Amino acid sequence: MASVVLSEAEKVYIVHGIQEDLRVDGRGCEDYRCIEVETDVVSNTSGSARVKLGHTDILVGVKAEMGTPKLENPNEGYLEFFVDCSANATPEFEGRGGEELATEIVNTLYRIFSNESTIDVKSLCINPREHCWVLYVDVLLLECGGNLFDAISIAVKAALFNTRIPKVRVLEDEEGSKEIELSDDPFDCIRLNVDNVPCIITLSKIGCRHVVDATLQEEACSLASLLLSVTSRGTLTCMKKLGNGSLDPESIFEMMEVR
Amino acid sequence: SPHFPPLENPGVRALQRQVACEPHRVTPVCWQMRGSRSKALHDRALVNCQYSMATFSTGERKRRPHGDRKSSEMTLHLKQTFEAAILTQLYPRSQIDIYVQILQADGGNYCACVNAATLATIDAGIPMRDYVCASSAGFIEDTPLADLNYVEEAAGGPQVALALLPKSDQIALLEMNSRLHEDHLEQVIEAASKACKDVYAVLDQVVRDHVHEVTTLLGE
Repeated sequence: MASVVLSEAEKVYIVHGIQEDLRVDGRGCEDYRCIEVETDVVSNTSGSARVKLGHTDILVGVKAEMGTPKLENPNEGYLEFFVDCSANATPEFEGRGGEELATEIVNTLYRIFSNESTIDVKSLCINPREHCWVLYVDVLLLECGGNLFDAISIAVKAALFNTRIPKVRVLEDEEGSKEIELSDDPFDCIRLNVDNVPCIITLSKIGCRHVVDATLQEEACSLASLLLSVTSRGTLTCMKKLGNGSLDPESIFEMMEVR
Repeated sequence: SPHFPPLENPGVRALQRQVACEPHRVTPVCWQMRGSRSKALHDRALVNCQYSMATFSTGERKRRPHGDRKSSEMTLHLKQTFEAAILTQLYPRSQIDIYVQILQADGGNYCACVNAATLATIDAGIPMRDYVCASSAGFIEDTPLADLNYVEEAAGGPQVALALLPKSDQIALLEMNSRLHEDHLEQVIEAASKACKDVYAVLDQVVRDHVHEVTTLLGE
């Protein structure tokens, strides 16, 4: 993770403040920073979204392309994730520096979306076993200001909501060969239902309290974090622990009460 | 129109966003004085560039954001251009990083990068000989065209990319591909130079407005 170097005095200041439910920027432990979401930012894509959470800036583009369904799921389309950590975020990400973080984020996204109820992948199928829509979801980290996973999950949800997939018709020849015809009207398209796409909430343990939406400085003081992915109906789809410290089982349940 | 976020720590690090020209966006630069001992030059600063395209920036999805041949070539061109313009002798044994990120590509990638990086370098407070303004030009149907978009570039005609230091009329980089009759070369370069000078006027106005705004906010 991109990190800042903090002096001991600064760490003590942050930790003590949090014990009193007062963070450096005046928020309480359970307050989020102001979130800005903008969709349809990149016109070249099928769908896009940009999320600004404090200093964290994420841009997600979704491109829909035709492909062959995977062998184990011949009646479904699928999603492919890719994360690019731009060198603008921190110079550490230059060249191949950001790959470790990118892989971690990609794996988390795959785990969240591996659940069947998240996105209706059956609607992405055109011809069973032959043609389907593949959604390439590309995440671009423009600036790192702490709490990456939350911002990324919001951006991915918004971009999928914004995605427009053109309607296609399958024409069958007498010989049996199939042709795919794209509808002439550019506005004739299917939209995805993102109601069940979960959002990630990261809870960082600092001292003996936990905070939501940690900034870079707070992340540097935290021992460990818990990542929860929650849908709007309150179902938990994924849980993961990050960081070097260890968490008490009791504190985990306490943290889950927060969300 | 371009806008600048507040400078976080002007002397050491400046991050700037700029919309070069719709719909083609470039998010540029970060400048740091890092003591990179291994590659440091004893008498001047090292200019380190990285050119990166977002995977969704082009019509066809791009697999690798950077590291492929085209990106490496662009990186080298940017480095060459800015080494000519920045007064590197003032910062021996230091490194200046210029990172350019293309969010959406619609033709004239290199030119937008140069213009954006010029503004970012000015924003970071790094002294330069002159603004570096760039523009592309082509020759279609016996007419010189300035600032080609993606469709015009893909048509396959000759394309010239020109990076100019406008006050002294010095060329920092000149690149041409495809075939062009030498009789037409002067017209095309003329068109590109004029476009560069127009870009210079816009960049200069933006910088002056921004400085004016910042000094007013800081209070006299």
